[in-house]
Parts: sequence; C-alpha cells; structure tokens
Amino acid sequence: MGQSLAQKIIAKAVGKEYVTPGEVEIANIDLAMIHDSGGPRRVKPILDRLGVDVWSSEKIVVVTDHYVPEFNNETKAIQKLTRDWVKTNNIRSFYDQMGICHVVVPENGHLKPGMFVVGGDSHSPTGGAFGAYMFGIGATEMAGVLATGEIWIKVPETIGINWSGKLNDFVTAKDMMLYACGKLGMDGGKYQAVEFSGSTISTLDMQERMTLSNMTAELGGQAGIIAPDDVTKRYLKNVGSIDIDIEPWFSDQDAKFLESHQFDATRLPPQVAAPHSPANSIDITETKGTKVDVAYIGACTGAKLSDLRMAASVLKGRKLASGVRLLVAPASLKDQETAKTEGIMQIFEDIGASILPNSCGICAGYGSERLGEDIVCISSTARNFQGRMGALSSGVYLSSPYTVAASAISGEISDPRNFIGIKNE
Amino acid sequence: MSEIGAVWLFGDDIDTDILAPGKFMSSEISVLASHCLEAVDPTFAKNVQPGDLLVAGSNFGVGSSREQAAQALKYLGIKAIIAKSYAGIFYRNAINLGLPVFVGKVSDVVQPGDRARLAIKTGIFELVDENKTICCEPISEFLLELIEAGGLVPHLEKRFAKEKKII
Repeated sequence: MGQSLAQKIIAKAVGKEYVTPGEVEIANIDLAMIHDSGGPRRVKPILDRLGVDVWSSEKIVVVTDHYVPEFNNETKAIQKLTRDWVKTNNIRSFYDQMGICHVVVPENGHLKPGMFVVGGDSHSPTGGAFGAYMFGIGATEMAGVLATGEIWIKVPETIGINWSGKLNDFVTAKDMMLYACGKLGMDGGKYQAVEFSGSTISTLDMQERMTLSNMTAELGGQAGIIAPDDVTKRYLKNVGSIDIDIEPWFSDQDAKFLESHQFDATRLPPQVAAPHSPANSIDITETKGTKVDVAYIGACTGAKLSDLRMAASVLKGRKLASGVRLLVAPASLKDQETAKTEGIMQIFEDIGASILPNSCGICAGYGSERLGEDIVCISSTARNFQGRMGALSSGVYLSSPYTVAASAISGEISDPRNFIGIKNE
Repeated sequence: MSEIGAVWLFGDDIDTDILAPGKFMSSEISVLASHCLEAVDPTFAKNVQPGDLLVAGSNFGVGSSREQAAQALKYLGIKAIIAKSYAGIFYRNAINLGLPVFVGKVSDVVQPGDRARLAIKTGIFELVDENKTICCEPISEFLLELIEAGGLVPHLEKRFAKEKKII
C-alpha cells in the first residue's frame, strides 16, 4: 500500500518505514516555532517546574509578533521576558519585531520539504506550503516539545483538495480557500492532513500557496500540505536554503485518501465571507452593497508581498470612499521593504492609508486599532469570529486583498473586476 | 460513583475568541476566565460551579491555539466537556491540561441546568433526574493516562524524576 505525503513525513519523524493512519506514534521534532504570546511567557514556568533545559537551541525559532508594538507595562514585560529567555537559552534564530511568524520563518529559510514542525499558533499549517508537515499546538504541549523534542501524533488520514484550471483575473488563493470553507465547512478538514494539488496549485507562487496552507486552520485540518516542485525549489534557493531534496516528498499513486474534492478554478468568482465565520462564504455577485467603515489589509494570510501588490494594483491613482479608513499592516518588514522599492507603500500613503506595525495586530484582537462598536470591516485576514477583531457588535467580512481594495474605494463591498481601467476622480 | 454537577449547554462552533477573548489575553487567568463565554452567556463565568459539566454541539473550540480557552474552563471548575466534535488543537490542549473531553451526542437530549453525572473512565453520562444514560466515546488509554496524571506537565514531571533516578 502506498503512502500519502503526510504519512511519509511522519514515518520519517517517527523513524519507521511506514505508519498507519489512526495509530498514535511518538514523533521527533525537526523545528519548533514559538511567538511572544504563547511562547516564553507560557513555556518558561513549565520548563522551570520540570527543571529541564530546552532539548535543542538550534531547533527552536522565536518570533515576536503579537504584542508588537509594546505599549504598556504588561506588554513591555512580556517582550522583556521573551528577549531574556532567548538569551538564557542561547537561541540564535530570534526575529524580534520583524513580522508575523508564519511569514518570517519561511522567508529566513527555516522550512524545507519533509520536515516535521510544530508551531505555537493555530495558523502553523502555513508551513505545509513548503512540503513540511507543520501544525499548531498550545503552550503546555509546546513546553513538552521544548523539554523532550517529541510529540504524540495520531497519524492522520489525508483529504485531497484538487483545483484544476486557470484562475480568472482578480481571483486569488484567498478566494479558493473561502470557497472551500463555504463548501466543506470549518470542520471539513476533520483534523486530518489536507493535501492541495492540481494544475491551479502548480501555477501559484509560494506566498499564494502559503495562503492555502494557512487557511487549512479554518477548514479544521491539522496540516495543509503541498508537494514541493520547481516553484518551491526556486523560493528556497532564493532564501538561502541548502540541501533541498524535493524528490521523496509526494503522495504515492496508490495512497489511500479519506476523501478527494475536485474544484474548478475557471468558474470561481471572488468570494466574501460574511460575519461571523469563514464558512459564510458567498460569490461576490451575491453581495448587495454592504457599506464598510474599515478596510484592513493585514495578517499572515492577507498582507504578504503578493497581497500588498494585489491591493496596490486596485488602489493606484484612486481615492478612498469618504468615511472609509484603510489600514495596512504588512506581514513582514522584509515584504514591506520590497513593497517600498516597488512603489507600493507610496500608493498606500498617497491614498491616505494608515500603515500599522508588522504584527498580527487586530486580526488577533491585539493592538490599539481594534474595531469599535457597530463597525463594519472588510478584511484580507483569515478569521472573522464575533468579537475577534474588536467589539462584539462589529462585523468582519473576509475577502481577497483585491476585493478589500475595491471596497475601500467604493465604500461598499465591491467586485474588484468592476474596477479594471476605471478611474474614480 | 462520581459526583453530580449541573449541565451548561452551548451550540455548535463555540470558538476560542468566545472562550478566551483576545482583549484579555495579556491578563491573569482569573481575569480572562471571568470573560469566558460571555459573548454567548454573560452569566456563565459568574454562576458556574466546580464539578459542572459543559455540553456542546459540534466543532467545539474552533480557532486559535490559545490554550487559555481550555484553561479558563478548567479554572472555573468545569469537570469535563461533552461535545459532538472538537477542533483538533483545542482537543489536544484540553487533554494536555488534564481537562477531560468526551465525544458524544449529549447536546440533543439535555437542558441547561439538568443534574448529571459523568464517569471519566468509561464515558458514561447519566441524567440523574430522568434516570437516563448516554454512552460517550471512551477516551483512549494513552490519553486517559495523561488526564489522570493531571495533564502533560505532571506526566512529564514523573518521567523526568524517573530519568534522574536512573542517572
């Protein structure tokens, strides 16, 4: 019997030739990623209680991205604790206020095909875009990992999501995932491994693939993996990875999948998910002039360089609708700097956007820009649960950066395809 | 015989922002827990008693990896959760914190405030006043061991204590 990509990676981590879905195994960790919210401040007391050091300083990456910027005594204390812990434990891979962990970790070459990785954050499936098996865990479990270098895992079944055909202009990976959430529901992934494949996926760049893998969290999958190819290889070379071997990391032809879903990219219009669930996705053609107060380009799913480019392409030379605030929080400093050299940050500034720090920000309910009472927001983020981004009475619509940008200039939820070549003087 | 607790009933897709609101994430667990579930039931945190049982629909704990979602319920004294299904990270977090989580179709047959018993070893749920029992899926031996140790940390404490003895 052949094995799925997920099985192959887990088998390697367990030290076996073959693992069987449904069985509980103890796996060795190749890399553990933690951030300032669920990281040192939560794992240190546990490690102290156990009286042990971290199992490997080299296999831990620490990123500060939640309490950024520090703004009061509480958050300053959290960041000081984080920095002190990194120093004490001799951790060299520390990215302090450089952007969101899910973007910073791969852009610094830490992820490679075949790796078995845990992250202390629910959007950790992002790493699956690189052919790694990566999933999110809580702080206590992370402390266990840091103490032992091991974790228990129930070997997952694989759910295949196959997309074929070419995406239409102004339709993106975000639209693909919102559509999948609408079709399969937030528990459609059944906490198994989701594997994305098909001709559409092959044409996506790495940052778009990251959006697919990232939002596997919204589908309820444990991991969202994509078999590595030449696009993966090129990205990894560019970020300075060495010893890249993509050959072994694919699902065998005769691997047994739990389910396989087929979607047609050529028929997909832009999607919008209404409050308060990503599964409330509908075609944009079904939305009827919902007014927006805030347009947010942010977070790991929605403000990478590729996302910033999308938003800017719609906003260029246009004006914001009166009364609409546009907030832009580039996902990483590196992406922001590249965007600057491409003239993209200038486009945001010209239109009057507020540029926010490179952090999780209001997507995670943090920071000073949290949404006020009754505010309606259209957002390029991944999750729109009630009260997550601010007041319980606020409502968040999720969409691609194109759609957020189009809505910001029209003042209501709008189809970006209607803005091609039209100027709003 | 296990003790009797009151049933708190919730629907589907109770998410981690409802269980542990981001606004209070930098606060102590006592503060955070006092806002647990307030978006759907403002009386919950105030009135829940140690030993009470939380019953819910499907996909309980969906969302973030923040384990304060499970920790807040444990802090408030919830003895166990019985839901139709769970989001995976929440399920792992609850087990690792020593909070028993059962899969069972109990939410369709209980009312808020019902008096009930739950046997952790077997997963047998009993409505005391109606003399009715429902079998939840039992927790596997490996995970029951973690729960009975009080969670992952006490479990590891034992393991490291043994290793130190060997050395």
